[in-house]
Amino acid sequence: MDVSINWLKEYAPFDCDMRTFAEDMTMSGSKVEVYSSEKDKIKNVVVGKVLSLEKHPNADKLTICNIDIGEKQLIIVTGAKNLKVGDLVPVALDNSLLPCGKEIHAGELRGVMSNGMLCSLGELGFTKLDFPNAEEDGIMVLDEEWPLGTPIEKALGMDDYTVEFEITPNRPDCLSVLGLAREAAATFNVPFNEPHPKMPEGEGDINDFLSVKITDTEHCMRYAAAMIKNVRVKPSPKWLREKLRVCGVRPINNIVDITNYVMLLYGHPMHAFDHKYVKGNLIDVRKARKGEEIMTLDGVQRKLNDEMLVISDAEEPIAVAGVMGGEYSGVYEDTNMVVFESACFDGPKVRYASRQLGLRTEASGKFEKGLNPDNCMPALAKAMELVVELDAGDIIGGVIDVYVSPRTERKVPFDTNRINKILGTEISKDEMEKTLVSLGFKIENDTVIVPTHRYDIAKDEVTQYNDLAEEIARMYGYNKLPGTIMRGTATARLTQRQQFTKDVIKYLLGLGFYEIETFSFYSPKNFDLLNIPQNSNLRNPVVISNPLGEDTSVMRTTAVASMMNVVQRNYNSRIDNVSLFENATEYHVVEGKELPKEIEKFVIACYGKGKDFFYLKGALEKILWALNIEDVKFVRNTENTMYHPGRCADVIVDGEVVATIGELHPVVLENYGIKAKVCVCELDGDKLFEHIGAVKQYKALAKFPAMTRDFAFVCDDDISNGEIIDIIKASCGEYLESVKLFDIYKGDRLEKGKKSLAYSLVLRDKNATLTDVIADKCTTEILENLEKIGVFLRR
Amino acid sequence: MKEQLESIRLATLEQIENAKTPAEIDEIRVKVLGKKGEITTILKQMGKLSAEERPVMGALVNEIREIVENAIEEKIKKINAELLEKQLVEEKLDITLPGTEFSMGKRHPIQLVLDELKEIFLGMGFSVAAGPEVELDKYNFEMLNMPKSHPSRDTQDTFYITENIVLRTQTSPVQVRTMLDKKPPIRIIAPGRVYRADEVDATHSPLFHQIEGLVIDENITMADLKGTLEAFIKNLFGEQTQVRFRPHHFAYTEPSAEMDMTCFKCGGKGCRLCKGEGWIEILGAGIVNPVVLEACGIDSTKYSGFAFGMGLERLTMMRYDIDDMRLMYENDMRFLSQF
Repeated sequence: MDVSINWLKEYAPFDCDMRTFAEDMTMSGSKVEVYSSEKDKIKNVVVGKVLSLEKHPNADKLTICNIDIGEKQLIIVTGAKNLKVGDLVPVALDNSLLPCGKEIHAGELRGVMSNGMLCSLGELGFTKLDFPNAEEDGIMVLDEEWPLGTPIEKALGMDDYTVEFEITPNRPDCLSVLGLAREAAATFNVPFNEPHPKMPEGEGDINDFLSVKITDTEHCMRYAAAMIKNVRVKPSPKWLREKLRVCGVRPINNIVDITNYVMLLYGHPMHAFDHKYVKGNLIDVRKARKGEEIMTLDGVQRKLNDEMLVISDAEEPIAVAGVMGGEYSGVYEDTNMVVFESACFDGPKVRYASRQLGLRTEASGKFEKGLNPDNCMPALAKAMELVVELDAGDIIGGVIDVYVSPRTERKVPFDTNRINKILGTEISKDEMEKTLVSLGFKIENDTVIVPTHRYDIAKDEVTQYNDLAEEIARMYGYNKLPGTIMRGTATARLTQRQQFTKDVIKYLLGLGFYEIETFSFYSPKNFDLLNIPQNSNLRNPVVISNPLGEDTSVMRTTAVASMMNVVQRNYNSRIDNVSLFENATEYHVVEGKELPKEIEKFVIACYGKGKDFFYLKGALEKILWALNIEDVKFVRNTENTMYHPGRCADVIVDGEVVATIGELHPVVLENYGIKAKVCVCELDGDKLFEHIGAVKQYKALAKFPAMTRDFAFVCDDDISNGEIIDIIKASCGEYLESVKLFDIYKGDRLEKGKKSLAYSLVLRDKNATLTDVIADKCTTEILENLEKIGVFLRR
Repeated sequence: MKEQLESIRLATLEQIENAKTPAEIDEIRVKVLGKKGEITTILKQMGKLSAEERPVMGALVNEIREIVENAIEEKIKKINAELLEKQLVEEKLDITLPGTEFSMGKRHPIQLVLDELKEIFLGMGFSVAAGPEVELDKYNFEMLNMPKSHPSRDTQDTFYITENIVLRTQTSPVQVRTMLDKKPPIRIIAPGRVYRADEVDATHSPLFHQIEGLVIDENITMADLKGTLEAFIKNLFGEQTQVRFRPHHFAYTEPSAEMDMTCFKCGGKGCRLCKGEGWIEILGAGIVNPVVLEACGIDSTKYSGFAFGMGLERLTMMRYDIDDMRLMYENDMRFLSQF
């Protein structure tokens, strides 16, 4: 909301510098975003008078002017043709600055010294709409007398300030000069001079020309109309054009300007239209009928539906209520009689139509916040006063006012204790009363009467004291409120589950993985890139119905895709060694459930020298070790098409798959254009958490010595280390303290298709010194059992 | 004999004095004190002495032996000290050579800041709560006093899954779920991802992180809100930080406020970061609207509370002087390794 500071001062005579104004208004709740003045962009431009005009001796198109700027006379060369002796013109002196950013310096033009420049409308930042009497091409000639040498910003009304306020949606009353003037008056403790316009007398009776009917009384609270005849369309006077301009509205002509002026003043949109296009002399506010259409003022044919509110004449809609008029709803050259509409519509209804039609206007933006129907008449009266003042036409007597659901003033008990209790203050009753009264509230018999322009207050009985507390607090000063530390004790700590996540992250960082953050949505194309089968559940994501683009259109079902985009980015940046993880959420549709299941994953990835399957597996094993998870099995997974079928495993703890780990499928890597081998591990947070080991109990340190025995076996290549270790464990039982693979050999010294594996076993008896008898027994068991699956001692 | 001893003493002490290595010393020891050494040889001649002379001479021999032994001891210590000194010099390292490389990762900057905030609030007695990101419209808006047609919804461009399911635009639905689930007193923070239909640029992202807080108890006031948030900010940015509260509007709080803090870069004097104002907007807060309490089944005549919320990306960008939000989601290693 852009507002003229001078206009505000007409109703609230505060007196302070702009910085203080902005600061104090912000602190009382009307946030000033920025303020600026046209005069800040102009320097050293004054009013001058053309004393003489002479042809330039060396240039046909140039004229030498002698200009009087009061204190002295200057020679200035111009190319303009529209000047005559005696004209008052804007003179940019040597070292001046123009709003367009141009700096002017004295300089020679074809051998004649020019001591500045005469300015055009455009050079001063204006158009013909701002100054209708000025020449468009050529030097601007002032149409008012001003003392010579007067700064131009004064002569052209550029010394006002535009203040941009951020108005929150609960305060539609502040989308107006009067609303903000009321706030300013309360803030600076000056009287608020509310205007009380009176409907001027006129000839004839409006009821002879127009009747108004509100069919949809639920969504049109009030419809008021006045009429004029013999409309005289012309430019508005300078004072009016200036106000509009400073408030960011282009002046058009007197009729349009009047409605805009009133909209700015009251925050209430008005509508002026040619009476001759109102068929049947009837205005009917109703819902649109099925199949009805309207060509709106912007030239677009629009389909209406029966939930939209329209202004209709006897036959068809002539405006979408509160949004935009129909194609004939302007004022034209042949217009004689004009209807001024000042109505009030239901906010949500206007919002609905505006959304459905994709049509947001100044009017809809205001109406949808819920305007005060009590403003309809003052706004209409003000408009008619202006018609008279501007001689824009002749008033037709009378006014139509159908007010079907008047706003009532809400009443709230004046309970100062409740208010102080909310704020934690001890503000006196007197002070509260003074504040409320300055904002337009009335206090009668210990009851606060809420003015109708504050319909945001006491909407609901449970919130009424909070509403008043805010009014008191913001005028009292939020920063004068005390700050206290809450009473009572509260203890808090992370839950075990939260601590678990924190721990896993800590371990990953310690193992050299960097944490990443990626978007939770992506393009469904990722499923193809990851080689995910067509019938996979992963291809059934939560779909965003109004995405910004295809790239962000589905919620991720696998965070591996997010990870791969990051891997790809780093790979393309030629970073040759990468270890990353994300603590990511995945979103999975669950049959029969309204909301998807959100699963916490740790997605870990690496590539680079030495970072192969076993590197990542080693890291995973360390994490499981740190979590005291002991019963871990790696089982080959050949089904997961994201991964290399020979280099992928499910990680099983207590019979449940808690993770998948593997090298990505060469096809996937090719899809991402990555020539390195990328290994990925997907760890399911919830599942893993269920299996973390109990708090460990201390075991006495071993008292008896251990015995180490090394074995080298030969077997077929197909037999896995895991199988052999399982058999070793089963064969030794409690005597086996540890078993470790320390060598793998394949090559010339063995038959083709065979390999040799060497293990180091530590055997120990917890209760006595281990005897050779027991160690030998273990050895025999191991050898016998391994032979059964084709594993033999290497000789 | 006495003269003989005296000359041994002098000669030996001189030899010891001149010895350079432990081996030389050893040689001297053998030559003088060994089984066939000079002193032993003299001792063997003691039998020739008279009974009177013998103890005198014996004492003298012992005295000299002691002197020699001490001199040897001293010299060995000295030589060892010299050797050690030499060894230390030889073993000198170029301590500017790089250390053995261990791999270690780094936390994402957003999470670093979040960790810090969690620590502070845990210390103030706030538990950490979480909830779904794909959320019911009811919890994200309606129960927070924002029915379907509410204009406040316009300030949060929403991604919809269906008419009734949204990507949460704020972490406030976690507050609703907590209030439905637990009886007061409640003291929680709810950090998490939120979504708004903003195109990506240097300061906007369709996905960002928020952290919200909620306190519900008997007699909670606006003064408590101020005191708590002021303590939080001072904890995070230092004691010298000043805060100010501005009136604002949120549908789910009344009264509502925005909190600014003195610009940590210029200390409030005004600079590029704070656009010359000296203040930086940091969070939104307010007294929980009683309508919201009632909707969640909490008696608003008995209980009151306050809530607050802030964007983590902004805090992170300020903390680390990051000028483009996109960097945080690109995850370039050269970026990640800086924090």
